[in-house]
Amino acid sequence: MLNFLGKRAIASGISLVGLVLLVFFLSRLTGDPTGLYLPLDASEESRMQFREIHGLNDPLIVQFFSYMGDLIRFDFGDSIRRSEPAIDVVLRAFAWTLQLGTLTMMLVVSCAIVVGSLAAFHVGGIFDRIATFFSLIGASAPDFWVAIVAIVIFSVTLGWVPTSGTGSVAHWILPIAVLFIRPFGLIVQIVRGSMITALSSAYVKTARAKGIKNRAIIFVHALRNAMLPVITVVGDQAAALLNGAVVVETIFGFPGVGKLMIDSILQRDFTVVMAAIMVTATAIFVMNLLIDILYSILDPRIRY
Amino acid sequence: MAHMHDKDTDGLTAPTAPNPVVQTFLMLWRDKFAFVSVIFLLLVLFSAIFGPMLLEDLATKQNLRGRNAPPFDFSRDWLYWLGADALGRPLLPRIIVAAQNTIFVAAGAVFFSLTIGTVLGLIAGYTSKMWSQIIMRLADIIMSFPSLLLAVIVLFMLDSSVFNLVIVLAITRIPVYLRTARAETLEVRERMFVQAARVMGASGRRIVFRHILPVVFPTLITIATLDFAFVMLAESALSFLGIGIQPPEITWGLMVSQGRPYLTTAWWLSFWPGLAIILTTLSLNLLSHWMRTALDPAQRWRLENVRKKNG
Repeated sequence: MLNFLGKRAIASGISLVGLVLLVFFLSRLTGDPTGLYLPLDASEESRMQFREIHGLNDPLIVQFFSYMGDLIRFDFGDSIRRSEPAIDVVLRAFAWTLQLGTLTMMLVVSCAIVVGSLAAFHVGGIFDRIATFFSLIGASAPDFWVAIVAIVIFSVTLGWVPTSGTGSVAHWILPIAVLFIRPFGLIVQIVRGSMITALSSAYVKTARAKGIKNRAIIFVHALRNAMLPVITVVGDQAAALLNGAVVVETIFGFPGVGKLMIDSILQRDFTVVMAAIMVTATAIFVMNLLIDILYSILDPRIRY
Repeated sequence: MAHMHDKDTDGLTAPTAPNPVVQTFLMLWRDKFAFVSVIFLLLVLFSAIFGPMLLEDLATKQNLRGRNAPPFDFSRDWLYWLGADALGRPLLPRIIVAAQNTIFVAAGAVFFSLTIGTVLGLIAGYTSKMWSQIIMRLADIIMSFPSLLLAVIVLFMLDSSVFNLVIVLAITRIPVYLRTARAETLEVRERMFVQAARVMGASGRRIVFRHILPVVFPTLITIATLDFAFVMLAESALSFLGIGIQPPEITWGLMVSQGRPYLTTAWWLSFWPGLAIILTTLSLNLLSHWMRTALDPAQRWRLENVRKKNG
């Protein structure tokens, strides 16, 4: 197990270094931030001074090594836009995203398992057809479109929930509801598919022959074996949410890491972009590791 | 075991089966949702190919007196049945014309990522450990690289053209095919027929492309159908955020975004193109759902005719 953890950590470390390298050099190709932060009529001296302060004057390779040098001491540099440590900005935003993502995924997984399992129990039955059809619609819906239609209906017309921002519980309802739809549709499909396979296996027939209740067969015997492919897809979806649900966060003015990322990219706030990418990549690495451990708990045949 | 059994019955019924085109059509006909989806997708494809040729002028003709004209006004020309946008341009022909960019971007991205991803995945699955490691680490980097940043970089360095958007989306989707192709290859290469081919002296390239690829391909095509829908949504989202296709080029996602300021007064501006996206992706998902059943030997009987089901 430890050997496996070590190998995984090394592989992820290599990927992370590659990612940092790529992002560092590629993001600098998008242009000089000076023009964005100083007024149009700023003098050449003040422009030079701005570049000097933020270390944009040195050759790219020098900038890179000084950045890496700071990084080893966990100094991610300061944000140009906010003049505070970039890592603080990122962690604050990441906390929001983490809450939003965790809440959404918990809802998604619990609903999808129940609906998908019940649909698989009577393949081709009325519940199965309704569940399949609606989950396919859910998996097909563009989230930005659902979000703005939901705002028009529930916020503008009915006035039940606020249009955007944070502050009260009501602010969370629409973002979670919109983020819920796509992963829910996808995961119901996966649960249904792997439950069909599990329910047609020999041990389920044995359980049935012993006279065990249907509910116990579905949720105890079959579900545990059907969970492996489900967890893989849940992991992918959760990773997408951790990367920041950019569109939904932008539309609802939610101060998460996705919105921070796009704002920082557009404003050339390089230090924040780098810090955000490293934080989310690390979070996704930890999550993938947890998923691997979960695999071996669910299926003792899997050994690392 | 169930798998084996179904294969056997397939073998028995194969000689009496009609030709594959008819067979496929009948299987499609048995799933009415999939059948309707295919018809709708053909309609979209027709719009994408011929739409701009037929309706380009009408779709860009401004008519300031008809600004934000409401839909369902059947007293007017059919072009205006879905209403008009903020410059009085009729929405229905605009949606038909926009189908071209939307479909072209998605199709191009899926084609490139499918081809490149499959080849890399086959290599990673079949060759030495070192190449496999290098390719997988590359896939990891791509997976964790934010596609938004990639889009912005490409847009700044190159122009924001349809083709560049295809490149961005294709790069971000390569790992999907790569991982699937690799995982399947790892399994398939241990099977008897591959070992037999190797014993008979087939070259590595021949084994990979003639023996392994045909087994892996159905899975990849099913994923590609689903992914087509995903890429369409991704392109729409990028265009919606303003870093995808730029006006005067037009896609459905851009139309949703252009209608957003008028949302409270003229909902139809954003609603119809969004509906076009949702219907197309839904059709693709239904088709992919059908394909998964049709290509799975253990589930295929659900779509084959009743005579066989009883026998």
